[in-house]
Amino acid sequence: MFMVGPLGFTAPLLLMGLALLPVLWLLLRAVPPAPLRRRFPGVVLLLGLTDDKPEADKTPWWLLLLRMAAVAAAIIGFAGPVLNPEQREEGATGPLLVLMDGSWADARDWPRRLDRAAALVADAGRAGRPVALVRLTDAPGETVFQAANAVAQTMGGTLPQPWAPRLSAWANALPDGDFSSFWLSDGLDHPGRGALLSALQARGPVTVFESARPVVALRPANFKDGVIALAATRLPNPDPAKIEVSARGLDPSGIERELARVTMRFAAGETEAETALSLPPELRNRVSRFELVGVRSAGAVSLTDDSLKRRKVALISAAGGAESLQLLSPTHYLRQALEPVAELIDGSLTDVVLANPDVIVLADVATLSPDEETVIWDWLDAGGLLLRFAGPRLAASDISRDTEDDLMPVRLRIGGRNVGGAMSWGEPKALAPFADGSPFYGLPIADDVTVSAQVLAQPDPDLAARTIAALADGTPLVTRKTVGQGQVVLFHVTANAEWSNLPLSGLFMQMLERLAVSSRPVAPDAADLARQVWVPQVALDGFGRLGDAGEMAGVEGEALAQALATGPSAAFPPGLYAGDERRVALNVIGAETALAPASWPDTVMCEGLEMQDERSFKGAALMVALGLLLVDVLATLALSGRLLGGMRNTAVLVAGLCLLALPDTAHAQTPEDLRAIEATTAVRLGYVLTGDARVDEVSQAGLRGLGQRLYERTTIEPDAPLSVDLEADDLVFFPFLYWPVTVDQPAPSAAAYAKLNRYLRTGGMILFDTRDGDMSGGQTAEARRLQLLAAPLDIPPLEVLPGDHVLTRSFYLLQDFPGRHTSREVWVEASPPDAELAEGMPFRNLNDGVTPVVIGGNDWAAAWALDARGAPMFPVGRGYTGERQREIAVRFGINLIMHVLTGNYKSDQVHVPALLERLGE
Amino acid sequence: MTQGLDLRARSEALGGALPALLAQAEHLAATVVLGEHGRRRAGMGDEFWQYRPAMAGDPAGQVDWRRSAKSEARFVREREWQAAQTVSLWVDASRSMQFSGDASRPPKVDRAQLLALALAVLLLRGGERVGLTGDAARPRGGRGQIMHLLAGMTGEGGADYGAPDVSNLSGHSRAVFFSDFLGDPEEVETALAIASDRGVRGALVQVLDPVEESFPFDGRTIFESMGGSLRHETLRAGDLRARYLDRLAERKGRLEGMARASGWHYLCHHSGQPAQSALLWLYAALERGR
Repeated sequence: MFMVGPLGFTAPLLLMGLALLPVLWLLLRAVPPAPLRRRFPGVVLLLGLTDDKPEADKTPWWLLLLRMAAVAAAIIGFAGPVLNPEQREEGATGPLLVLMDGSWADARDWPRRLDRAAALVADAGRAGRPVALVRLTDAPGETVFQAANAVAQTMGGTLPQPWAPRLSAWANALPDGDFSSFWLSDGLDHPGRGALLSALQARGPVTVFESARPVVALRPANFKDGVIALAATRLPNPDPAKIEVSARGLDPSGIERELARVTMRFAAGETEAETALSLPPELRNRVSRFELVGVRSAGAVSLTDDSLKRRKVALISAAGGAESLQLLSPTHYLRQALEPVAELIDGSLTDVVLANPDVIVLADVATLSPDEETVIWDWLDAGGLLLRFAGPRLAASDISRDTEDDLMPVRLRIGGRNVGGAMSWGEPKALAPFADGSPFYGLPIADDVTVSAQVLAQPDPDLAARTIAALADGTPLVTRKTVGQGQVVLFHVTANAEWSNLPLSGLFMQMLERLAVSSRPVAPDAADLARQVWVPQVALDGFGRLGDAGEMAGVEGEALAQALATGPSAAFPPGLYAGDERRVALNVIGAETALAPASWPDTVMCEGLEMQDERSFKGAALMVALGLLLVDVLATLALSGRLLGGMRNTAVLVAGLCLLALPDTAHAQTPEDLRAIEATTAVRLGYVLTGDARVDEVSQAGLRGLGQRLYERTTIEPDAPLSVDLEADDLVFFPFLYWPVTVDQPAPSAAAYAKLNRYLRTGGMILFDTRDGDMSGGQTAEARRLQLLAAPLDIPPLEVLPGDHVLTRSFYLLQDFPGRHTSREVWVEASPPDAELAEGMPFRNLNDGVTPVVIGGNDWAAAWALDARGAPMFPVGRGYTGERQREIAVRFGINLIMHVLTGNYKSDQVHVPALLERLGE
Repeated sequence: MTQGLDLRARSEALGGALPALLAQAEHLAATVVLGEHGRRRAGMGDEFWQYRPAMAGDPAGQVDWRRSAKSEARFVREREWQAAQTVSLWVDASRSMQFSGDASRPPKVDRAQLLALALAVLLLRGGERVGLTGDAARPRGGRGQIMHLLAGMTGEGGADYGAPDVSNLSGHSRAVFFSDFLGDPEEVETALAIASDRGVRGALVQVLDPVEESFPFDGRTIFESMGGSLRHETLRAGDLRARYLDRLAERKGRLEGMARASGWHYLCHHSGQPAQSALLWLYAALERGR
């Protein structure tokens, strides 16, 4: 390719055409612009006049220059200029191995990496080289060089994995023979990179591609001093940066959404950023993960587990008011142990249940009132944990003696026992190892924990099943039973150090933790997780998306602890692992993970992923040529004097060009806006389109006629009525809708009904007109259709329009409400039952507000309808009586619109005598 | 046969156009309602002029007995003297009158014919006798004359520029010449001299297109007369504008001078202007010259 600087030409021979430009100059210069012939009678006055400047018959130099530039631009354009043409590797042969790290750090620009790899594979295909594509996060396997198109077909589905690549393993699994390598690195320094690189270099040349995009990762959140501490890390970068962290979780309705958002700042040159997020406990317990906003990578997501959760624990002890030493308080040690790791609630039992605690601790509380038992029972049933401790009161009481108490896991013997005391034989008893199946299984037994007194369980058939911890002699120490979705756990010793030194030991904390009374403040260690099976519940993919880990097998606690320390791998994908009572999050980035940039030796050719894009200027150059020619046209027209004559055409041309050039911004007003403006510039009556053209026409004429009468007789001056399509149009602009009911009218959609109900609730009125005269008592086809149509509407109870309704006097005094028919059956919203007759007035004190519907069948629109000449469209009745009926119909319409627009104003007139009387005083 | 067909087609086209022109002219004339112009002295006519005391020699039949019965004297009812004038029109039908500077404007000849016809309608309504110079339509009264005028007016002349036709111009009549007067001014002068000799007075109406007044041309142009007999090439038409306008003003001035010298009136009318003002002016000019 012929290159001029960064500019290449695909057809450089065409550039020789530029040499012809001087010839063109001479040719163009010799030809003056063609004359224009005009018929002009005034020529007789021109005869004998001569031109002032006869030399103007040559083309002016600037016009020539313009044309030359146009021709030059066209030649250059056709020569195919390309900026930064991609220099194909020529001559490289032999197999090509494309390595992709495929780790979470690749996910941020994965499509572009894949594009780059695809380009490499395609290039190799053109050169006939066999290719193999390797994702280094996969387990090493046999690498087979294939034809490029075979690789290209399969590579599209390659995805990044949410763990680090296994470089050292791959170093030993490379195929034999010489090949050249392209390594698409994720920019992080992974262990074993040097080994793999030297192995590759031993086979052939290596080229490395790296992206310039910054790598940012979010560390696990932890709970410190009452706030959530968030931290993020990044590759060394001299620029300051601002990132946003979003806390996501389920809202109370069970929909995942953003619960909080906080901004973190990396100072210039710093690799760590920290911030604190303070959330109320209810919100904090809902947070299921934190993620960096706008970063699509598993490293930018940090799942939260129990360590962020704070259980609400209610401490109840019976010894209220007793003046005892603080250290002897039954709940002192519990309070000390739980204070840092749980929300403690104090108060009476019935009060704390209202706060819906996760755990209620009853320390040596024997009897509960029936009332308390009921609320606890309900709370237990819903999944609470009732943790009871024994003590002198429990031992002395008769609770759960003969029959098992509902709120006790076992029956108790009278009195309990003392061992190893001054008055008893034997040594204080130590604990037996926890049995398999106990929630405490796997916890190490502390030798120094001894029990000197306890309550004893009756040997019942299910005692063994309910025992989850026992003493060395087999006596149950902790028993448990399930109640509904909750459970009751009884420690057979006191919660203070009176009967045993268990509450003083570290084991006590671990046991509470296993019972999910407290939650783990820091990362779990191996002992915490040991001897349990942890089942992945939620798995994270390389892009940081959560997926269901349904089919994955459970893992051993020890192995999980190992993975927590070293980071996730294929066997331990990042996600949430659930044990018996707890959940542990395995995140891509640990609290200590450090990000280091990969550094490559000088022997490796290192390219940025940001290839300079090939940019073809052919189109641009041709556009320039075209534009210059256009200018030339205008200039030529101007020179020959035709520009001004054709000014109108030119204006059109220029306007057209502007339209082409400008984006379409002029149409800010949509048809909806226009309609809204149209509907709101004046009062407008609306009618519902029924789909029957004749009915719609009558509705329109009727409302137009009514509008004219309103205009003549009242201060309401409505504009022409508007049709309303219930599906498409907004109803809020209309105070009044006329809805003629036809038999074959389609029912509105659910959305339209929602709109109608909103309209009715916010003060609109609909006049339903069955137009059947209601001769058959609501049994006509239209009436049945009306019942169907109106069923989903939010219509209050109705009654036949009473004689004292405000509609009878809102403008005219009316007793009848005829249209073309004269039925008295007009239904409106029922007046309240407690309406009473006002003193001295013929009216009751009726309801406030406007009736949302008026239903009748008198075909009012037909009575109101006026044709274009202002004459009635339909006959009403006969002779003078008919005209009178029409007049009353119009008066009803006026009353109706008055009622809609003025509300119960006339109804309030009932108070006028009283007001006048008061004023008179 | 072909000729016959051609003639018929043309005459039909003409017949189609004439009522429109006529209607336009009538419409234009209707805007000017002046009524019959009395002679302001007693004479032959229909209109009452005055009563005067009967004198010796008045025939008995002249005495208005109703008026005389009111007094001792006898009175004679005199009628106003109403005399019909003869007005001859000439509309330039040469090719240069076919010019129109813009598609939205009719050619100059249309405007000239319209003005002439409207004037004829007015004059005929006033009882005058109206005709065309030359042989086409001899002066005659009555509304039927309109059709003769129409027929005589239409028809295209072959020459590039026209000169007033003063043949058959009756003595002491009135004449109105419609033309652009861009042809040889000598001929106009001659025609005016002949007319003055016969005691004919009247008006010159110069109908010009606005383009001819403004000369909005530029660039290299070859100007040709409508018939193509004259041509002038220029490289920069814009440069000629000032000189052209000077010459045009000079031509107008010469025409006006000619008219004044022989007691005629001169009006320069543009086809872009409304015709009504020109018609009013014409009517008044004929009144003045009387």
